[in-house]
Amino acid sequence: MIGRLPIAKMLAVVVVMTAAISAVMVSINWDGQEASTAAPKIDELLNVMIVLSSFVFSLVVVMLFYALWKFKAKPGDESDGEPIHGNTKLEIAWTLIPTIIVLFGAGYSWSVLNDIEEPVKDSLTVDVFSQQYAWSFGYPGKGNVYSQGELHVPLDRQVHFKMHAQDVIHSFWVPEWRIKKDNVPGITTTAIVTPDKLGTYELICTELCGFGHASMRAKVVVETPADFRKWVGGLKEKVPAPLAESITQDTETNPAPLNAGGA
Amino acid sequence: MTAAIKQPGWIRGALGAILGAAFGFALVVAIRKASGLPAYQTEQTGYPQVVVPLITGPLGFLLGFGAFDYWLRWAVGMPTIPEDHSQHGAHSWKDYFRFNTDHKVIGIQYVCTTFFFFFIGGLLAMLIRAELAQPGTQIVDAATFNSLFSTHAAIMIFLFVIPVFAGLANYVLPLMIGAPDMAFPRLNALSFWMLPLAGLLFIGSFLAPGGAFDAGWTGYAPLSTGAPLGQSFFNLGVQFAGASSIATALNFLVTIITMRAPGMTFWRMPLLVWANLSTSLLVVAATPFIAGVQFMVLFDRALHTNFFQFAGGGDVVSYQHIFWFYSHPAVYIMMLPGFGIISEVISTHARKPIFGYRLMALALIGIVVLSYSVWAHHMFVAGMFSWLRVPMMITTLLIAVPTGIKIFSWLGTLYFGKIHTYSTAMLFALAFIVTFTIGGISGVMLGMVPIDIHVSDTYFIVAHIHFVLFGGSVFTIFAGVYHWFPKMTGRMYDEKLGRVHFWGTLFGTWVTFIPMHWIGMDGMPRRVADYAAQFGNWNLLISCGAFILGAVQLVFLYNMIVSWRFGPKASGNPWRANSIEWQVSSPPPIFNFDEIPRVVGGPYEFGVPGARHAIMAGESVETPAPAQATTVGSAQ
Repeated sequence: MIGRLPIAKMLAVVVVMTAAISAVMVSINWDGQEASTAAPKIDELLNVMIVLSSFVFSLVVVMLFYALWKFKAKPGDESDGEPIHGNTKLEIAWTLIPTIIVLFGAGYSWSVLNDIEEPVKDSLTVDVFSQQYAWSFGYPGKGNVYSQGELHVPLDRQVHFKMHAQDVIHSFWVPEWRIKKDNVPGITTTAIVTPDKLGTYELICTELCGFGHASMRAKVVVETPADFRKWVGGLKEKVPAPLAESITQDTETNPAPLNAGGA
Repeated sequence: MTAAIKQPGWIRGALGAILGAAFGFALVVAIRKASGLPAYQTEQTGYPQVVVPLITGPLGFLLGFGAFDYWLRWAVGMPTIPEDHSQHGAHSWKDYFRFNTDHKVIGIQYVCTTFFFFFIGGLLAMLIRAELAQPGTQIVDAATFNSLFSTHAAIMIFLFVIPVFAGLANYVLPLMIGAPDMAFPRLNALSFWMLPLAGLLFIGSFLAPGGAFDAGWTGYAPLSTGAPLGQSFFNLGVQFAGASSIATALNFLVTIITMRAPGMTFWRMPLLVWANLSTSLLVVAATPFIAGVQFMVLFDRALHTNFFQFAGGGDVVSYQHIFWFYSHPAVYIMMLPGFGIISEVISTHARKPIFGYRLMALALIGIVVLSYSVWAHHMFVAGMFSWLRVPMMITTLLIAVPTGIKIFSWLGTLYFGKIHTYSTAMLFALAFIVTFTIGGISGVMLGMVPIDIHVSDTYFIVAHIHFVLFGGSVFTIFAGVYHWFPKMTGRMYDEKLGRVHFWGTLFGTWVTFIPMHWIGMDGMPRRVADYAAQFGNWNLLISCGAFILGAVQLVFLYNMIVSWRFGPKASGNPWRANSIEWQVSSPPPIFNFDEIPRVVGGPYEFGVPGARHAIMAGESVETPAPAQATTVGSAQ
């Protein structure tokens, strides 16, 4: 049955189509500017997925259009097709090959995940406080100084964001860092980021939190360690009592032995 | 008048609704007075004097309407009314507005009701896209915008996609398996009549102080537990839609397991039957979870329980676990019946047996089993126990395998067939394969934790769900409606208008939902009334696509209404299909079959010389070929 199909030609078309789609899609920078050590790793995973997806998409499209071109009934032809009920080898192939592909994807993703969440010793901890509809930040290593609506972090140093929501769930996202984490009332959630590009970015709330959700933003500044020290030194306010309380009240999500594993 | 009050029907139903609501209201006021509280409570999460009548009013309507008459008489020991089939079948259009126990009437009631809600939900989508066409706020304020997308999603999911499949299967499935009706016809009618009540609660929430529910269709606590009164309408609407769904699933299970015609073994069931068997297995086990979790939210709101209040010892993330333990299987509840439809349409119009029939059925069961183990992939950034992300990622990616089997087997079915594309149903089925593949691909990407961390809660998610739910489910719904329209109405629809509808829908789907992937990856979050100016042009294009998509649905509506009234009469089997529903007249006789058909072979034996699927009453019984005869008899 398969022998009657021009398999080599069809595969050639699939390969050419995959190459063409991949070439266009991989050359586009979908996720925007990369400004953390995690960003290029996630974007590379995305690119690998784009190539694999282009292959699957091309395969489906080529199979569909070849069938439509070759096996379309002539006008007035009321006869039936050939009584082919299946092909065990083919069925095993399209069960096993996709299994291998997705397990490869899972393994690759897992290793990227471990990589981007690997904690280092010399990290900076920043407390993130979210409430309808504002962000504020505390620096526990710097005398608990407090900044409203503006987050500063030093370049090339791993930052552990410890998040505390005061009312409903919010979510912390800086697209250029590729990192997102929900802020959940009652628990401490953690995100690990190592910013590696100077600049000013935007912190966006991505969890629906009420009518002010769309405008719940904060300014993010990545600056040299010297500039950062200067900026922190200039902060006079301390983290207010109710927010400081939420740090002690909130519980960690992960049981102690697994806590070290990252977010 | 007294006669009208005694007879079950609309007058007694309206009376029941009023008395039910009055009873609930009086109960609240009396208990509050007795407790020394003011009669009314107007805290935004409370309003017991409104919430309790929202439960008792609809129940009063169902009582008055006659949904419980037979059972109540039996339960209290009164003589039951002998079944004279007076509630069975439709003799005039008025019978479609009655409590009717005929699965064919109920099927049409379902499809018409759900399409009514499809157009309401669509109208809400048009308002959403009008607001989003430009950055800034033009048409609605941010709070109303939140209500718009919440009601849009709730209506489309709970009142369109899930029940329209139940409606189509209600009509087709008993005919397909050679049964005279569903196993429990009165329960079937009750299931249907709970549905419009859920719809009224969702739409009615716009009248509540504080506006319609606005915490998204996901209703995450604690946003939902602190939201205005409209949220309680959602909590209760889900109960009615959910109860309807569960009862129908039980009905399908019993019908499929016990009422197949002699000779219809499990391996001779059409894949639509397999698909509804799988779906029903998901519904009976998963839907109670959303019913439960919405009650927990309602109790947190009205009774100050602390399920999700961290200050009272509750756990916020547990809402999401319970919610998604239903709502991920729900994705397959919204997809598997569509898979069944596509199998029927493609096999019939390609004149070919389904490629790998048994693997197709097993893939459905594989999806059912796996779908219970993937829910937390909606929560990769939710702050849950972080180790859980990896196993959930692996199961999520693995579920692509049975789905891929289905895609490749449909393609395999086309090969060496005689593909006819004159039917709009087939066009939708073929287009479904491509659009659904795209939704599947983005689903695999989302299953990968590192990618999901970046695109979670962005427009990429909006793109993905619309590609699977619109490009997937809704395409299969259109395929199913066009395919069985001649059977259900006894008329043919207009293929020219069908083609306009098809090409417009295909074009609109791609223009609307493809660019959403891009803006999502580039930084546009979902569920926002306003966005950064850099996304303005893409959003304008998306809105234009959405308006085309909306407008072209009116062509479908016109085609359906006019063809139902004036279309040329349909023969019993216009598509020359094999399954049993096509071997009776269009529309089928009131009790489906004069004599139960006898099944002698598989449902897709196109091109097999001398093969038969079923022998109908009055047909000359030829001796079936020996190859077919060997497996007869294991079902009955």
